[in-house]
Amino acid sequence: MADFEPKIIAFCCDQSGYPSADMAGTLRLNLPKNVEIVRVPCAGRVETLYLLKALEKGADGVILFACYEDNCQYLRGNLRAKGRLSYVHRLMEKIGLEKERIEICYLATNSGVKLAETLQRKSKELKRLGPNPCVDRR
Amino acid sequence: MIKAEQKPMEEILRSIDPYKKILLSGCGACVTVCHAGGEKEVGLLASALRMARKKIGKPLEILEATPARQCEPEYAQDLSELIEKVEAVLSLACGVGVQTLVRYFPKMPVLPGVNTTFLGETLSHGVWEERCQACGNCILEKTGGICPISRCAKQLLNGPCGGSSKGKCEIKKEADCAWQLIYDRLSSLGQLYKLEEIIPAKRWGVESRDSGLRRIIREDLKI
Amino acid sequence: MKAGSNLEKILSKGLFAVTGELGPPKGNDVSVVKRKADLLRGYVDAVNVTDNQTAIVRMSSIATSSLLIQMGIEPVMQMTTRDRNRIAIQSDIFGATALGIKNMLCLTGDHHTFGNQVDSKNVHDLDSIQLIDCVRTMRDEGTLLGGEEKIEGKIELFIGAAENPFADPFEFRVVRLAKKVKAGVDFIQTQCIYDMKRFKEWMKMVRDRGLHEKVHILAGVTPLKSGGMARYMAKNVSGIIIPEEIIDRIVKAKKPAEEGIKLCVEQIQELREIEGVHGVHIMAIEWEQMVSQITEMAGLLPRPKVE
Repeated sequence: MADFEPKIIAFCCDQSGYPSADMAGTLRLNLPKNVEIVRVPCAGRVETLYLLKALEKGADGVILFACYEDNCQYLRGNLRAKGRLSYVHRLMEKIGLEKERIEICYLATNSGVKLAETLQRKSKELKRLGPNPCVDRR
Repeated sequence: MIKAEQKPMEEILRSIDPYKKILLSGCGACVTVCHAGGEKEVGLLASALRMARKKIGKPLEILEATPARQCEPEYAQDLSELIEKVEAVLSLACGVGVQTLVRYFPKMPVLPGVNTTFLGETLSHGVWEERCQACGNCILEKTGGICPISRCAKQLLNGPCGGSSKGKCEIKKEADCAWQLIYDRLSSLGQLYKLEEIIPAKRWGVESRDSGLRRIIREDLKI
Repeated sequence: MKAGSNLEKILSKGLFAVTGELGPPKGNDVSVVKRKADLLRGYVDAVNVTDNQTAIVRMSSIATSSLLIQMGIEPVMQMTTRDRNRIAIQSDIFGATALGIKNMLCLTGDHHTFGNQVDSKNVHDLDSIQLIDCVRTMRDEGTLLGGEEKIEGKIELFIGAAENPFADPFEFRVVRLAKKVKAGVDFIQTQCIYDMKRFKEWMKMVRDRGLHEKVHILAGVTPLKSGGMARYMAKNVSGIIIPEEIIDRIVKAKKPAEEGIKLCVEQIQELREIEGVHGVHIMAIEWEQMVSQITEMAGLLPRPKVE
């Protein structure tokens, strides 16, 4: 589809994702259209349900930006996020939804470039996968 | 508590296939503790089922509820307002909960969304293990508090068998030999003499699960 | 005399007993039973008939034992508690004794998940000790388990059981043997022995409790065919211990099978010297043809004829 702009929800944690998104803005880096940034205090605050509901409500893809393994300010928030991601992947497999639609990406406070590149890559990937099949298309 | 595990998705989808509007009912007790049917699991399953049905062009409306328990009259009856609005109930409660709903809503199909697996202990977050089989006559006093009926693969009352090796059960390397545990425990309590006594054959057919439908009646509690 | 079987007579006369073992066919091919029986006849005093060993479905022990009697061999009918409840057990004991079976070995049985019908329900209504007690009740009190129902006829059985000095917890194994003696067992066959040191330690504990005077102990032996077999058994079979020196000996031998037989004979001779050991139980699994050679080389032939 030529004019399909995948809707991506990016959960950005206060310690890594959000400042990186800020930096991407300051550096005027190219971000794909149709990205919605959701700010959270920690990746561990993202309930498994939010990941799935994002897709249920019409997103084509979800990225969870979290801190590297040993760097979580709340000690294990990013590990909990990882566990929830694997749970939601199993659920998605069972209902025939591509696992690639939900992803976790680890970065640091100053990873503006990495964030932008990741979002661009995701958008391309989702264009290939196609729109979310579990949504009413009017 | 009672432990359960969610049924495979294909099985759940098959059982709710004929319906367009259902109630997904969790339970705030045992299945919440083992993360099979609590409020979170209800939300996740409802979301997943809606998406799965949209994908095949057969949309499904799902009402969600998680009563404190499903196995008692008051809590079951509380669901009646929601149940009036649906064609079927998918229950994530244990087998008891499902059957309680059936009793109070005899015209409503009630489908199980979990497999009730065993009575068990939480070893650590996310790990549960069988501890009791409700045999009807507890002998934990004779075995140092370790149950040979649920934890010995052969339910021996005078174990161990010849397959106990280095503290492990011959059938599963991950399983401890219950009788080694009993021996160690009674040894540390200075009560090994208890093991010299022969425990007689269990009265399965009279005081246990083979005696037919079991029931407890307390006349003093009946109002 | 509890049953007057050949095995019982030999043991009560203080003679060194020899028993063998036979695994029934995985079907109803009687020729298999006949072939194995022919390989054992005359070299042993009685032949154990296994009961769905490792939970693999085979011709029933009671039927096979009955066939052996017809073929002129005395059986030791093995019965596990894994597959039968007490109704079937006692019913089978009625039938077995009616068919002339006089020796019975009471076992718990290998777990059903080892076999070829893993979906089955695990019975274990009784355990092996409760089974010994049940048989003794039927024989000495003339009633069913529970003491209420009188039996029509007399149940005469020489009661045996197994014990494994190589399972854990080691210190408890003798206590368990004492429980079996208390329950009424007449003779014991042990799991096959390779670790002589541990077996001798166990026998000392047995003698310290005076159990060697209350029960006849037959030491189990199994000849090793190859280094591979030795390694496999040591690694995979729970409750069998094979010391490194023995595995080495078989592996390094020019003719492993011959070495295995030689070792088995040496073991029998060493076991005979241990106070309290009243016989030997030769389990030549799928190698029944070697029993004649083993008994010959160990000086156990001819088998005594007793009245």
